[in-house]
Amino acid sequence: MPAPAIIQPKGLSDRLTALFWRRPRLLLGLLLVPPLFWLGVVYLGSLFSLLIQSFYSIDEFSGMVVPEFTLKTYAELFRAANLDIIIRTLLMAAAVTLGAALIAFPIAYYAARFAKGRWKAVFYLGIMLPLWSSYLVKVYAWKLILAKEGIVTWAAGITGTSSLLDAVLALPVVGGGSLSTSYIGMFLVFTYVWLPYMILPMQASLERVPTSMLEASADLGATRAQTFRTVVLPLAMPGVIAGSIFTFSLTLGDYIIPQIIGNSASFIGMAVYQLQGTAGNTPLAAAFAVVPILIMLAYLGFAKRAGAFDAL
Amino acid sequence: MKTMKLMGTTILALAVGLGPALAQMTAVGEGEGQLDIVAWPGYVERGDTDKAYDWVTKFEADTGCKVNVKTANTSDEMVALMNEGGFDLVTASGDASLRLVAGKRVQPINTDLIPSWAKVDARLKDAPWFTVDGVHYGVPYQWGPNVLMYNTDVFKEAPKSWSVVFEPQDLPDGKPNEGRVQAYDGPIYIADAALYLMAHKPELGIKSPYQLNEDQYKAALDLLRGQRKLVGRYWHDAYIQMDDFKNEGVVASSSWPFQVNLLISEKQPIASTIPEEGATGWADTTMLHAEAAHPNCAYKWMEHTLNSNLQSDLSTWFGSNPVVPEACTDKSGMQTKEGCTANGMDDFEKIHFWTTPTAKCEQGECVPYYRWVSDYIAVIGGR
Repeated sequence: MPAPAIIQPKGLSDRLTALFWRRPRLLLGLLLVPPLFWLGVVYLGSLFSLLIQSFYSIDEFSGMVVPEFTLKTYAELFRAANLDIIIRTLLMAAAVTLGAALIAFPIAYYAARFAKGRWKAVFYLGIMLPLWSSYLVKVYAWKLILAKEGIVTWAAGITGTSSLLDAVLALPVVGGGSLSTSYIGMFLVFTYVWLPYMILPMQASLERVPTSMLEASADLGATRAQTFRTVVLPLAMPGVIAGSIFTFSLTLGDYIIPQIIGNSASFIGMAVYQLQGTAGNTPLAAAFAVVPILIMLAYLGFAKRAGAFDAL
Repeated sequence: MKTMKLMGTTILALAVGLGPALAQMTAVGEGEGQLDIVAWPGYVERGDTDKAYDWVTKFEADTGCKVNVKTANTSDEMVALMNEGGFDLVTASGDASLRLVAGKRVQPINTDLIPSWAKVDARLKDAPWFTVDGVHYGVPYQWGPNVLMYNTDVFKEAPKSWSVVFEPQDLPDGKPNEGRVQAYDGPIYIADAALYLMAHKPELGIKSPYQLNEDQYKAALDLLRGQRKLVGRYWHDAYIQMDDFKNEGVVASSSWPFQVNLLISEKQPIASTIPEEGATGWADTTMLHAEAAHPNCAYKWMEHTLNSNLQSDLSTWFGSNPVVPEACTDKSGMQTKEGCTANGMDDFEKIHFWTTPTAKCEQGECVPYYRWVSDYIAVIGGR
């Protein structure tokens, strides 16, 4: 008599496999626990505790947090000096996003449409390369490049363009004593540091624009400019917006660049850092931290309407 | 219901039992094997940075108290750390110490338990930044001036007045000072402006740069708003300031002897002075947390910090002054009489030490510190 063709479970792993096969939802649940825990407790939990903090206030002399519900801290955000910080940060984030988009588009367009084979790899590598070195090292390097006695000034002196550099620095508001102590310098560094985050999503979306549509557009008699305006740009827009979300939110929250480059005027990230790390004013720091969250929520709402997430 | 009551009383009893011991210690017992200190960077060295500067290893061997150091970069950070708790000692400057006392984060010190107390500089023993109503809330650690650092290529002679950083003017090399001077990026710097006004606008009647009424305070802020136009970048990181003196064309700024000594050791054309108006300064105190977990080790450490050898080496390392005067001259460490003079040991009378500005002051109503904080941020923001 041959034995029945049933394979007996041999060990724990076999039994587990059988269990998961009979109850597929159990496996799904087990796999979902760690990420849900992360999202729910670590991420949303900390965000929630931040929110609570922002409704507390601080005893002004001893610096102890008073854990009683109040809107006083939020009212402080609307003091002129604090509004300055918020507006300054917003303008810088908008300028950096715009600048990065303008610089990134031709690069992404070339990389997506024209670069072939090895050149494509070179492009990818070139864009990613700056991301591999330390952020701090890059910023300090830029401080030296932009310093009054740095490379830019030296190069301007050699090429006889010192007067041009001086004219740029003499501009009201954005100018300053040297590039490294002006908003222009800060804009340059921000744009440099966040540029890859703009190029990569742009390139991805440009690659997805079908060639057949471009051909159809040409067949129907559109000029190259018309094709670009009515076909390429609208189809690539989700990528542009996705990239702008990165550059915009990264600039909103950064606190290191404004500390090293620029004229010491506070930015949101810096204010949070100073208030919570050094002044012990956690409630006001938390209220400040809520500002970029609100701005980003509004921005994401706008991006969703523009279809930035349709391609996901 | 009964159980509820029982639970209530138990919790109450626990709360009372765990409350801060407000009475000071009466005897130093055996060490608890550990000591947690909040300190300025470079203040508690165990030979990691430079082998020659080590005042922890021997203490650990002698007392069995393992020393853990948490460094803090500003006074506000120190107050925040002490408020969080979990530390035994803090090297608090005068702009933090009274806040710690007011917040009941530190406890009175029994100076009888510290044999070396007798050796402490008489000028510091009852200093108002750690003595409240005759009660001592700590042991002096080190002190030093906020000097005027300048570039010797531009200034052949030391500048006589702080006006080089406050008022628009041409420096000795014939070029304006705009964009070539710096100021400290901390609210306490408002006192530097007040100190300058004390000498140059006597009609304001400023007696202490840390006690300003509305008019005096407004005048100081106006001076600082004018200074904003001269300053390219404010400094708060010692190393970035040094870089700015080397690469950014900065030639004069308030600074610490620490940066001056480091730049001179790099053969930069740098020197420092205390101008005729005097200077602000810091005097640090080792203070004991109200709920310190290791009070015996803490008392042993406070006694240890007053030994002449530590004071001597620390003052050489940090560019500060010992609180035990004999450390300057007794050759117990690396400090010398000339070194002490260079760090400002003889200028004690010219220095107005950092203290926290409070609403109640000698002239009645003064502008409290929290307004200094927000207003200074506004001034730097150009408002």
